[in-house]
Amino acid sequence: MLDRPGSAVASLLATVGEVSMFGGKAARQAFVPPFEFKETVRQLYELGVRSAPLIAVSGMAVGVVLSMHTRASLERFGAESMIPSGLAIALVRETGPLTAALLLSGRIGAGIGAEIGAMRVTEQIDALEASAVDAFRYLVVTRVIACVIALPILTTVMNFAGMLGGYFAETAATGMSLSLYFRQAFSLIDMSDYIPATVKTMVFGFIIATTSSYLGFTTSSGTEGVGRASTRSVVMSSILIIVSNVILVRLIFFFYPQAGG
Amino acid sequence: MTPQAATAPETRAAGQAHGEPAVRLDRVSKAFGERRVLEDVSFDVPAGCGFVILGRSGTGKSVTLRHIIGLVRPDKGKVFVEADEISMLEGKELARVRRKMGFLFQNAALFDSISVGENVAFPMRRHTDLGDAEIREKARAKLTAVGLEKEFDKMPGDLSGGMRKRAGLARALALDPTILLIDEPSAGLDPITADEIDQLLLGLKEQGGVTLIVVTHNIPSARRLGDQLLMLHEGRVVARGSPEEMDKDDNEIVQAFLSSRHAG
Repeated sequence: MLDRPGSAVASLLATVGEVSMFGGKAARQAFVPPFEFKETVRQLYELGVRSAPLIAVSGMAVGVVLSMHTRASLERFGAESMIPSGLAIALVRETGPLTAALLLSGRIGAGIGAEIGAMRVTEQIDALEASAVDAFRYLVVTRVIACVIALPILTTVMNFAGMLGGYFAETAATGMSLSLYFRQAFSLIDMSDYIPATVKTMVFGFIIATTSSYLGFTTSSGTEGVGRASTRSVVMSSILIIVSNVILVRLIFFFYPQAGG
Repeated sequence: MTPQAATAPETRAAGQAHGEPAVRLDRVSKAFGERRVLEDVSFDVPAGCGFVILGRSGTGKSVTLRHIIGLVRPDKGKVFVEADEISMLEGKELARVRRKMGFLFQNAALFDSISVGENVAFPMRRHTDLGDAEIREKARAKLTAVGLEKEFDKMPGDLSGGMRKRAGLARALALDPTILLIDEPSAGLDPITADEIDQLLLGLKEQGGVTLIVVTHNIPSARRLGDQLLMLHEGRVVARGSPEEMDKDDNEIVQAFLSSRHAG
């Protein structure tokens, strides 16, 4: 009985190790020609642009809900005027990056795991290799680059959408104007809040792309294996994002002490 | 169908003119975990020959084919494609040798996110400097050669099994390969379509000079396509020869296989 959880942890750690080596290879190849420019742009569109509606709508909803909760708390202290800036700080520093990454691990991670997994079991990856194409570079490196570029942009979209959602909630409650809301929202945040928190989502993008590509690339057992790869991509990249976030936040506080103030 | 339109004889590699085998396996062994798939397999395939690898399911036929194009590496032994030891190559050198070959997968393995025409155009887009219009024209010609000229813009999911196979063949021929590897050309096809595919392959060999290496357990198809037959059993070569020589072979496994119900 005791053996089972132990072996599950060992198996998870082994997979994390293999994903790390897989990611290391992708990171190295990303800087070595030939560059799959056209395919990378296509992936940027598929993974990035097509995720924008999900992120914008979710961001707005998060903003509305956060604003309502913040109002309920701050009203008791007569500090309603702090709602826009409090919401902006919460979104920019943590809520936006983490929520965007977790949402994208669902959409992008599942998609990459399923697509590459299906290509594996239907021999399309072998067909790429047989056509003298480096399948790793074509399928994995392009997705890794696309995710690393897309995540910070989508996080920025989420932050703005969240603030906009907060504005809608705030104007419905108090009739606050758009210009006043955003003036207040930006009054307490600066680049040291925005840059480190947004740059860390590049790491999240790297995690999503490498984890799901690895699980897709190593898929076996037909369609059942594809489903498993897709599910595991979401679960594993979500766990890795949450765990790495703790480390990254510590690093941000270390290098940007003002970000924690 | 016009098989000759699918090849460009002028592009045949110079290596074939020197009498060296198109492909040679030298004492190749391969195991996947505990399971030994190939054991000390050696053979050579003369250039321009129709070479058919026979054997029951799970005897290592497809794995042999995968060794030839470098998708699988041997645990022991060497695999040569013309003068190159493909089992030792990587990166650009491996890609250079692979460009000499076309591979028709058992289930065609078409890229399902792009159209049939783009599947055929894909190798040309990757490995030639041709313009878009010329590539599309050539891809259309390849598809016409396999009787799929009207399916250019269709998605692979919209094709029947036989059509997928023919589209896979058109893609395998995209770069005018000198060596064509074909995994189970008639599997899952009705007899008429299977015969059409065989006729197409024969045309490529006889009029285009393409070396065919075919894996099958369909005996009539093997007799049609094969100048040389090779019989694998439990990962080992048990017999090799022309169809007539194989008929006279007194090996029990060979005779049991050749006289099986597929022999009809």
